[in-house]
Amino acid sequence: MDAIIYSLPFLMNGLGITLLVSAIVVALSLVVGVLLGIGLIYGPWPLRWLIRLLSDCIRGIPILVLIFVVYYGLPPLGLNLSSFWAAVLALTVFKSAHVIEYVRGAVTSIPRGQMEAGMAIGLIFPQRLRYVIFPQAMRRFLPPWLNGVTDAVKGSALVSLLGVVDLMQAINQVIGRTYEPLPLYILGALMYFAINYSLSTLSKVLERRYSYIRE
Amino acid sequence: MGYQLSFTQIWTNFDKLAEGLLLSLWLAFISILIGAVIGLVLAIWYVSAGRVARTLISAYVEFIRNVPLLLLVYLVFYGLPTAVNISYSAPVSFVVTLSLYAGAYLVEVFRSGLDAVPKGLLDAGKAMGLTPWQRLLYVRLPTMTRITLPALSNTFISLFKDTSIASVIAVPELTYGAQWINNKTFRIVEVYAVTTVLYVVTGYLILFGLRLLERRFRVER
Repeated sequence: MDAIIYSLPFLMNGLGITLLVSAIVVALSLVVGVLLGIGLIYGPWPLRWLIRLLSDCIRGIPILVLIFVVYYGLPPLGLNLSSFWAAVLALTVFKSAHVIEYVRGAVTSIPRGQMEAGMAIGLIFPQRLRYVIFPQAMRRFLPPWLNGVTDAVKGSALVSLLGVVDLMQAINQVIGRTYEPLPLYILGALMYFAINYSLSTLSKVLERRYSYIRE
Repeated sequence: MGYQLSFTQIWTNFDKLAEGLLLSLWLAFISILIGAVIGLVLAIWYVSAGRVARTLISAYVEFIRNVPLLLLVYLVFYGLPTAVNISYSAPVSFVVTLSLYAGAYLVEVFRSGLDAVPKGLLDAGKAMGLTPWQRLLYVRLPTMTRITLPALSNTFISLFKDTSIASVIAVPELTYGAQWINNKTFRIVEVYAVTTVLYVVTGYLILFGLRLLERRFRVER
């Protein structure tokens, strides 16, 4: 027990890395995912086709395999990434594919008439997105996306397999010294739980908050 | 000099990948079966349970859903044996973990499925003089199964992908096979290219098959 209390600062460092990885992944995948999502809905057909293929393939690969592909597969092809950035890149690619689907789901749930009405009052395409579609799609996008953030936090545990000292790896290292696996894994589980449960609760609250919207 | 692609070593060791793929599918299949039993029992119990039982079931569901699968795998494989005096092999440990994991997701699926059974059907069962037990067995469960079929296939595909995590405790499934070949031949780009294709193609083949099944059993509304 003393050992666990003694190891807490170390675990907190790990937690910091976990949160950092998750934050970078969430931010990058949001940008990439929204851009590609818009491309998937409004782009010319070759682009739509390409994004659909990309998204379906990426979502078909286990995230662990994707991490190994990026970490081990890119250096022979001439791109050297540190384990941290390789993990971030892999998780971002994975997460982006999911964000594309959230965007598609949210935007296509907005009735066509909204877009046509925007056209009728003379808004150009970026304006129609900015003032007509996005404000409405936001309410459909936020709850599943927030839920997806928990997937990013959970997925970030896999970076430990590349030797990045995140919360998962910090726990394993402490266990390597104290030989007390059960209490430490439970402590770690509770830490992950605390983060993710708050996120998924927020997601549920938002969903309920926006549930009055019906076509 | 650039990296020269060479797939010959992959094909000579392809049995590792093929056996790994079969084991992955098998692990996912066993886990969804056990998970479905857990999910179904808890979902039926939840619908009729009191506050305490509901809280416990929710705690189980929320705990599993909000903790990384990797940590759960470690917890069951390395952590649990120190507390209870049972020894089990890595595959068994993984199946236990993945079943509990699947169970937590399926409780939610089945619960919403039970709710989605039209009330009129149950009333009709009542009017025919079926006992509550018969109504559950002959009316509610069959209808619920057909409603939840799409969610079940999605869960199966996602479990199939999650089996890759079993490689961290040296269960010889597909990802482990890929690592094994890589350690032996160093054909890293090739082996992961083939593995990725195997995962994607198998995943979509299963999905395609299950979608046909779903169309066959779809509930007309």
